[in-house]
Amino acid sequence: MPIALYRIDDRLIHGQVVVGWGQPLELRFIVLVDDDVASSEWEQELYRMGVPPEMSVHFHTVDDAAERLADFDRNPQPGIVLVGDIGTMQRLVKAAPGHIRAVNVGGVHHSPGRTGRLRYVFLTGAEEAGLRAIESQGVEVTAQDVPTARAVPLNELLASSASA
Amino acid sequence: MTEVSADTAAVSTVRGIVAGHGTFASGIISAVEQITGRGAQFVAISNTGLCLDDIQGTLAQALDSTGARVIFTDLPAGSCTMAVRRMIRERPGVLLVTGVNLSLLLDFAMQDHEDPVQALQSALDRGRASMVVHGAIPAVA
Repeated sequence: MPIALYRIDDRLIHGQVVVGWGQPLELRFIVLVDDDVASSEWEQELYRMGVPPEMSVHFHTVDDAAERLADFDRNPQPGIVLVGDIGTMQRLVKAAPGHIRAVNVGGVHHSPGRTGRLRYVFLTGAEEAGLRAIESQGVEVTAQDVPTARAVPLNELLASSASA
Repeated sequence: MTEVSADTAAVSTVRGIVAGHGTFASGIISAVEQITGRGAQFVAISNTGLCLDDIQGTLAQALDSTGARVIFTDLPAGSCTMAVRRMIRERPGVLLVTGVNLSLLLDFAMQDHEDPVQALQSALDRGRASMVVHGAIPAVA
């Protein structure tokens, strides 16, 4: 079945992903796309130990993941693709043209230079441009931290304001 | 956002750091305080609004400023847990306990005459034993 969710979340694997999304979607695997984590056995072990036994985690670089997206879609069990930042998702969308139909902005937290858009989304100008660029590839971009929340469309997200 | 600033914690009294989602940490510490009057042994940290690096930075600051060697977190896969596990690679002697509950924390708090690491064993036993079902769980068809 197709990947259930393509998510941008700077905490990568954490409670919202494993429990908040993992249980309602009955997730059985997470594809963690991060060039640094893909080259660190220790980081991979850290994330593997953070998931329940019924869930597996696969680690890939952006290029590697782009080549395997069709394979992930053929997996009969539900899974998600997870990246830690907008730039990584932008590269993934570009490397697999036409494959990704929707992107979920799940958590980009406060740091210097970022403007608050939602309680859990803070963006620099470059990151806003990155999301626009993803959308321009025909990808629906929405912000939604947990399944019970409303998915906020990109235009509305970028017109919103929130404080840290 | 840090619920209780690590800067203001009294070094001599803090024996543990509690970190978790939302107001979990401040809430469970307030329960310890209500029951035992020993809530000041703990510093509360929340992950709310923080990215992974900031969670790690806040926890490191709390450890350094208090000298605590035991960190309690709420969820094995939570971002605080992940941050602590990454941090303690560089900090031998610091222990992480995930899935903390009130019974565990109370037992730990009551052993304030013990070394915090030594106090953990019986506290863990107490915490694990406290999860009990009263009544019958219906069999799955």
